[in-house]
Amino acid sequence: MSILVDKSTRLAVQGITGRDGSFHTEQMLAYGTRVVAGVTPGKGGEKVHGVPVFDSVAEAVAVTRANTSVIYVPAPFATDAVFEAADAGIGVIVCITEGVPVRDTLAACHHVAALRERAAANGAPNPGRPRLIGPNCPGLISPGLSKVGILPGHICKSGPVGVVSRSGTLTYEVVHQLTRAGLGQSTCLGIGGDPVIGTHFIDALAMFEADPQTEAMVLIGEIGGSDEEDAAQFIRKHLRKPVVAFIAGQTAPPGQRMGHAGAIISGGSGTAAEKMAAFEAAGVPVARIPSEISALIGEVLERRRVRLKRVSSQPSTKRLTRGTPPAGARKRATKPRGRAVRTRAAKPAPRGAAAGTRARARRSR
Amino acid sequence: MNLHEYQGKELFARFGLPVLPGQVATAADEARDIAASIGGTVVIKAQVQVGGRGKAGGVKLAHSPDEAFEKARDILALTIKGQPVRTVLVTQAADIARELYLSIVLDRSRKLPLIMLSAEGGVDIEEVARVAPGKILRRSIPLSGLRPYQARALFQPLLRDGRQVAQAAEILLKLHRVFTEGDCSLAEINPLAITPEGRVLALDAKVILDDNAEFRHREWATWRDPDEETPGQRLAREKGLSYVRLEGDIGCIVNGAGLAMATMDLIKHYGGEPANFLDIGGSSNPEKVTAALRIITGDSRSAPAGGVPGPSSRVRAILFNIFGGITRCDDVANGIVQSLRTSPLAVPLVIRLTGTNEDLARKILSDHGLSATTSMDEGVRTVIAKAQEVAA
Repeated sequence: MSILVDKSTRLAVQGITGRDGSFHTEQMLAYGTRVVAGVTPGKGGEKVHGVPVFDSVAEAVAVTRANTSVIYVPAPFATDAVFEAADAGIGVIVCITEGVPVRDTLAACHHVAALRERAAANGAPNPGRPRLIGPNCPGLISPGLSKVGILPGHICKSGPVGVVSRSGTLTYEVVHQLTRAGLGQSTCLGIGGDPVIGTHFIDALAMFEADPQTEAMVLIGEIGGSDEEDAAQFIRKHLRKPVVAFIAGQTAPPGQRMGHAGAIISGGSGTAAEKMAAFEAAGVPVARIPSEISALIGEVLERRRVRLKRVSSQPSTKRLTRGTPPAGARKRATKPRGRAVRTRAAKPAPRGAAAGTRARARRSR
Repeated sequence: MNLHEYQGKELFARFGLPVLPGQVATAADEARDIAASIGGTVVIKAQVQVGGRGKAGGVKLAHSPDEAFEKARDILALTIKGQPVRTVLVTQAADIARELYLSIVLDRSRKLPLIMLSAEGGVDIEEVARVAPGKILRRSIPLSGLRPYQARALFQPLLRDGRQVAQAAEILLKLHRVFTEGDCSLAEINPLAITPEGRVLALDAKVILDDNAEFRHREWATWRDPDEETPGQRLAREKGLSYVRLEGDIGCIVNGAGLAMATMDLIKHYGGEPANFLDIGGSSNPEKVTAALRIITGDSRSAPAGGVPGPSSRVRAILFNIFGGITRCDDVANGIVQSLRTSPLAVPLVIRLTGTNEDLARKILSDHGLSATTSMDEGVRTVIAKAQEVAA
């Protein structure tokens, strides 16, 4: 399993005849993604790397049953592309385009959310659709299944770690290190570096929590906004799978935009220090540097496996269930975690135990 | 882009907000002429984009054109928090009975504009937010827009006089139009002043524009202040690079904003001080690599005569940190080699690259007597060591 994209993904590429759209279509096809359609208004009937091009998303959906779209359309037209995809019934819309005005993204986010609520109210079979990812994001990849966007496929391998990030190349760096440490990924998802985005950390975390393949998560945040703080709260309240966090921009000066439109410390808030403190307060190990992430994931995975074994060998305690459990079940489930941590903390600390891990152990006492 | 007060007021006036007449001057005698044409008492205000300019002596009253000349001369000689004052706004003075604070900002998590209103105007609102957050009223503007009755209701508890409430509500509705139609991420009036006669006026303007929306606002290009940019910043903007100058001595050139931030952090983590943030983006053409090196080494060849000297003669070593995903490592290697051929570096260069076409890149570099590491940690530690050698 994985989240959002897999073997059932039937992809339409919006802006397929452009330089980026064409290049990445080739890359996605090479990875094994089922690219079923391209869309460029006025270029219907053409083919790009063997993929048929349509004049509209609605046409592409009618002919090819596309259920996912990726957008490589220039910024002034990208929002229209999002609206078009949502209105055509596309379930997952991934907007790669950088430089979209915030006002346009606001409108797109609200439109997609309204369609999603309406679909849910009408009892849609697949809740949580349509969903917008991005803009200004690298897309996502479920290793070995499907790649949608611009992430390099060769650095990923299939496994138990869900990765969610506001960044592009920093995600590649972390995924590369995970893969080299033998820690494969369920899905690697870039949610985008803009101040307003369609899918937030908490949405991704909830999906990973419900995904059977995912056993642990890496969250890569950065300065600006309060998505990381929201995520920390969410993890404390709703997650039982472990999360490891990293925040970029610990040395960023206030008031300066650090490349991403959303990466700015404004009015003294949105600092890396605040975000790291929020995670530590929620018991989430925080890596100080990217190369600590793999070791921390290794530790939390090990502890989770020990805990699950322990829990399953105790008939009196209900075994952890997948997905979001009812409140009562959650309460019971948190007990063994505390015990497991205490047991571990009583032993000598393993080499290289990071500060974040210790913070988690402290909180549990 | 952050606007100067006078530019913000131009924008406000375009949407019908009540601002007092005024003009900008870059010399004291210009200020005298403006003061004479306005008549009566004027205020001379330094046009710098830093807070606390009043306390720094950058805002002065003048009761006559000659006094305006003197005050403007004094203010134009100031440097406020590192920013030399090059322009002053000469504007009609107003008697103030009360000062409020009013702004609209983007609420990123609720994805709606947020009104912030406080009875404590004219002061540093961040200080109010920290010390007494209860004194700031916050209201989201719904998707359907802001209704006049909602705007009136916000001001009713603060201003009991019905005519003042009506004026303030009108200002808020117009400010909302400025915010949305003007593609702002902040539109702030501080103070929103009430005169003894009961007029409500926008006495200051702080506006931050969403840079991404520049393609639909031609007028923004005329607002860009070339004096606010260093030659390095200008070159970065022209070449499409993201660049932020910092105070350290280790230059870094990275592909991707997140990785660039993480690289700065890692330099600090291992005991160094980053000299900059620089994202060369996904593309890896040699021209960008050359521009990046030029920005960091402070080569100011593109600077106008008399321009500010290059930003970073203090840089002692430079690190390239490239993760080749879509960016091809061999492209970056070619860029580095070409750039060094045309303008050799006076400081040590450390290259870390990994990913797409890494082996090819390594070969290109070694053919030119350069080497590269694959580990980010190792690259950072090496560049710090090199910088220390240079310093010693």
